Amino acid sequence: MRDARGDIRQLPGLRLWLSGGWLLLLVLAAIFAPMLSPHDPLEQDLFAARLPPFWEQGADPAYLLGTDSLGRDLLSRMLYGARLALTVALVAGTLTCLVGATLGLIAGYYRGWADLVISRLVDIWMAFPPVLFAILLIAVLGTGLTSIIIAIVVIDWTRFSRVVRAEAMSQGAMDYVASAQVAGRSRLGIALAEILPNVLPTIVALLTLEMGIAVIVEAILSFVNLSISTDEPTWGGMIAEGRTSIYQAWWVLVFPLFALFLTVLSFSQLGEGLKEYFDPVLR
Amino acid sequence: MQIVRALLTRLATTLVTLLGAAIIVFVVIRVVPGNPIAMMLPPGATEADIERLKTLYGLDKSIPEQFWIWIVNVVQGDFGTSITLRQPVFDLVIGRLPATLELSLMALLIAVLIGGTAALTATLYRDTKIEGGIDVAGGVALSLPDFLWGLALILVLGVLWPLFHISGRVSPSLGFDFQSNFFLLEALLRFRFDVVFDLLGHMLLPAFALAIPLAAIILQLLKQSLKECMHDDYITLARTKGYSETSIITRDALPNAILPTLTLIGVQFTFLIGGTVIIERLFSYEGLGNMAIDAVINRDLPLIQGIVLVFALLFTLVNLLVDMTYAALNPRLRHA
Repeated sequence: MRDARGDIRQLPGLRLWLSGGWLLLLVLAAIFAPMLSPHDPLEQDLFAARLPPFWEQGADPAYLLGTDSLGRDLLSRMLYGARLALTVALVAGTLTCLVGATLGLIAGYYRGWADLVISRLVDIWMAFPPVLFAILLIAVLGTGLTSIIIAIVVIDWTRFSRVVRAEAMSQGAMDYVASAQVAGRSRLGIALAEILPNVLPTIVALLTLEMGIAVIVEAILSFVNLSISTDEPTWGGMIAEGRTSIYQAWWVLVFPLFALFLTVLSFSQLGEGLKEYFDPVLR
Repeated sequence: MQIVRALLTRLATTLVTLLGAAIIVFVVIRVVPGNPIAMMLPPGATEADIERLKTLYGLDKSIPEQFWIWIVNVVQGDFGTSITLRQPVFDLVIGRLPATLELSLMALLIAVLIGGTAALTATLYRDTKIEGGIDVAGGVALSLPDFLWGLALILVLGVLWPLFHISGRVSPSLGFDFQSNFFLLEALLRFRFDVVFDLLGHMLLPAFALAIPLAAIILQLLKQSLKECMHDDYITLARTKGYSETSIITRDALPNAILPTLTLIGVQFTFLIGGTVIIERLFSYEGLGNMAIDAVINRDLPLIQGIVLVFALLFTLVNLLVDMTYAALNPRLRHA
């Protein structure tokens, strides 16, 4: 039996490059969407409805990836959809991380009643189906980008606080924390200067993971028609459209689904790769 | 004695969690701007009509008062009346719950079968390309959520290669008269295998979508535990006795390695149940989650409350069950 570990060891580097490459491509697409898009993403042309992508019979070369049932250009909608997906990923992911990690650090290092309250809240949060919770929040907050971001932060902060709390607790019991205490450092100083740097690799890995999850949550909300206004091009909205016309025009579903697949996969692989990169034991 | 006290503490925290969940949902849906009463009435309705209905649904009282009335009724088994469907919430929820339970349990079964087999195979062929391949597949399976797997399955096995149904729970053309809401169980017990076949044709794709990420989690943890076991003395002993590698892994290593995986499956099962909400929507499967989304869109307050409470009950119940099973299976905890 040949040892295949060498092959697997080489993967992290490749993984980082591939996922980073796709995400960079996405960022460029989002920034330059107005220049790259061959059409207005909202422009309808019922005479050009359900045109297939360029390699199929009956395609129109002006619409590279084809059109949806209202004759809107899929390529342009994909490019503009990347804008919303990335905005949600970056803003909602970062905010969720800040809120969750802070609460987790407080609960794990300060313990006492703060830990009691935060842990009980986490328990309550875990009793809700997250998708239902998100939909409920959007129904209350109204649709729109701000509401989506708030909803993601509210439903997902527990993901960070649970992990960071456990890590902070185990770090807090270490000798170096005790010696910092003996040296007379303040509690806040220890939490920020000693505990936080040691928990950071975990937080970074969770953060990229959360960015992928945020993209999915936005797509799910668009899918049930509760994201931003229905006209706006979103990958989830395109998927919802594609699901209804799947037998007539499969390509409406395939392209946004493919983009979502690669994006979510890239975020999580980036997280895994970074974690291995930062982890001194694995390195 | 200690175990009784631990159990009582566990029950108390469960109740606090449920109460907290109920309060949060109750308050959140009552700050909804849209007026549910206005949506029920025809455009020409007068102020008096609106007030009369508000009183009927108890919406004229303060929120703490409404909560008290609701919780007293819930304890007595009265979940109120759905505003849009005009039926008792309890009946609606009980009617839909079996569909969601059947789907979740089927998904769990598939996840355990796939994840378990993959872990055993990877252990048998450890340090070869087969293990590497299984690891990569597991990594991809874990990275993508049930929603995306559902869409991919619809495309590949529903449209491109149409082996399965992609919407509904049963074909209406079958004309089978179900006596209960546990369709699959009932069809099995009545030996109607044509109906079973049709039900599976509807259920397998959503079940697979839910099962794939969980299967990957089971694979990773079980494989890790198995590998750790393979260095133990009793494995060496079994080897010197001349047992085959397959039999050593399944008969000696597996029973010793399975406990952490069992606990994890319990915790992850609640996530799987949570996933049914969007998967049921995606496959137009008539379960609790699909009804919940409609209830939110229609601002049907009593129905939303009822469904969320049932989900919370289900989740906490599963967690409680896992803890108890763990205590029963782990001798160190049993004698503590």
